[in-house]
Amino acid sequence: MNNLIILPIAIPLFAGIILIFFNKNIRIQRWLSVIASLAGIFFSCIIVQTVHINGIQTLEIGNWKAPYGIVIVADMYSSLLVLTTSIIAFTSLLFAYSTINVEREKFFFYPGVQFLILGVSGAFLTGDIFNLFVFFEVMLMSSYLLIVLGNSKMQLRESIKYILVNVISSALFVITVAYLYAVTGTLNMADLSVRIAEMGQSGLLTVISLLFLIVFGLKGALFPLYFWLPGSYQAPPSVVTALFGALLTKVGIYSITRVFTLIFYHDPSFTHQLLAWLAALTIIFGVIGAIAFWDIKKIVIYNIITAVGIILFGVAANTPNAVEGSVYYLVHDMIIKGALFFLAGAIIAITGTSNLRKISGLMASHPFLGWMFFIAALALAGIPPFSGFVGKLKIVQGGFEAGEYTISFIVLLSSLLVLYSVMKIFINGFWGEPKPEMANQKGSAKGMLLPIVILLTLTVAYGLGVEWLSPYISQAAETLLDPTIYIQAVLKE
Amino acid sequence: MKTNDLIFQTVTKTAVFIIIIYSLHLFFSGHYTPGGGFIGGLMTASAIVLLLLAFDIKTVVNSLNIDYIKMTATGLLIALLTGVGSFFFDVPFLTHTFSYVDLPVLGKTSLATAVLFDLGVYLVVIGVTMTIIQTIGETE
Repeated sequence: MNNLIILPIAIPLFAGIILIFFNKNIRIQRWLSVIASLAGIFFSCIIVQTVHINGIQTLEIGNWKAPYGIVIVADMYSSLLVLTTSIIAFTSLLFAYSTINVEREKFFFYPGVQFLILGVSGAFLTGDIFNLFVFFEVMLMSSYLLIVLGNSKMQLRESIKYILVNVISSALFVITVAYLYAVTGTLNMADLSVRIAEMGQSGLLTVISLLFLIVFGLKGALFPLYFWLPGSYQAPPSVVTALFGALLTKVGIYSITRVFTLIFYHDPSFTHQLLAWLAALTIIFGVIGAIAFWDIKKIVIYNIITAVGIILFGVAANTPNAVEGSVYYLVHDMIIKGALFFLAGAIIAITGTSNLRKISGLMASHPFLGWMFFIAALALAGIPPFSGFVGKLKIVQGGFEAGEYTISFIVLLSSLLVLYSVMKIFINGFWGEPKPEMANQKGSAKGMLLPIVILLTLTVAYGLGVEWLSPYISQAAETLLDPTIYIQAVLKE
Repeated sequence: MKTNDLIFQTVTKTAVFIIIIYSLHLFFSGHYTPGGGFIGGLMTASAIVLLLLAFDIKTVVNSLNIDYIKMTATGLLIALLTGVGSFFFDVPFLTHTFSYVDLPVLGKTSLATAVLFDLGVYLVVIGVTMTIIQTIGETE
């Protein structure tokens, strides 16, 4: 159907609006938001299948032809990300039901989540660079609400930093789009690509591409622009951190990938080399943070930064294997980061602290949680039967093909340190004797386990079913490697 | 101590209607001349703010009795539904249409569905502005 690919944007918008009317009735809110997210999963599955069979789907909003109106474009890369986003949204809602307190629920928590999903799906699907900015703002404003909702002292302090950084980067985004529009005279991504190919990527355009790298690097936590992330992500409740960690930085990564594979791909010896080294430094600083801290949430947060580096190195290496690997790894990372933040949230809910030195011997009272954490840790590090393996393998393989030996070794070494950082949580938190002061705290993880089980099942299935998934992923990589497929689908010449 | 602002209140009672009529004029003239939902909504909100300045919050809330958060949501819903309406005519999302109609008093007028979208914008702008002002005003 013609309007199919607008549904991942229209459904959360509709659900968010309806939820505003029922903000005092928690029962209706919960049912409506879970129905909306299930509908989101259903329709994004259909979109993935349609794109797989019929190629890239486009929708010219308001029936205006391609370079003049806004186009919504669903290629395999964005439809896979939209599907993962809806799955994360669904599990986060399930997790929120048992963890979010009533005051937050009554004060527009669920509409906030729906508008966040709307912004993220919109950013993945749009084919217009200014529309991308608008969806960024929709996503960021909902995230401002979610980060400050509950107004504890820490949330207020961190939300000021978060908003400040994002307002500055949004202003820079507008300025960059203005420069780009002044040079090329168009805002449609496919048309931009055509025009830049015609006029050649001059020095001015390379500068603009670097400005985009700074903007999206600020959103996606690339070295040296990740400084705001560890503090801001620690402040809100676990379910909000899970949503942020699984979705927000990934939109930054998606945008960098899109911009550097579709629009600015003419001077790779400069732009892609710079991106590769920034990715390497991001990995290094991420793992340093991950092994340095004794706080569960901090460790997982720094693992986000490491993953950002690994995915972007795959894009920067720009060989078929590396790009395919980075698509594998991006989808894997969204799922596993959601699962890890849920697990961290469950541990904190049980013990009442996130300080690893105060926790020990959880295995005796919560064995199921313990083994789930163990599986998640192995999947994160990329141990073969689980999902992290194929992506990292392909990225390293592609890195060697591109001659980036140093950075490929950094990626391999980082896996070891990532494994160490999460095993530290497992060994110190789950093994050992139960501490006496923990005996009287009998918090339970009831209700929190279901979303974790769903995500871990997906992780295992993703790892085992690579053979079945690979046609989808290679179709996504094909579009990223050859911009003409995207351009022909949008401009239809 | 209560100050006597009889002149201010009397002028407000007249001025509010003029401002609202002007804002509606701006709203309806948006297609052919400068104006539209955003500026019209702001100006209607400014009329209500004038009421808030001349009288106290309680009087205005009691006399208007509008839930501005619901008003925002209604505006969003109208804007979304004008887009979704295109689903039923098998055209892309947010495709708008218009036609010329002979109205009894106004004569030949062009009616466009884009006005409905603008009505959504108008309600959202009033709702958001008034929510901000009233929330800050009521906070102790």
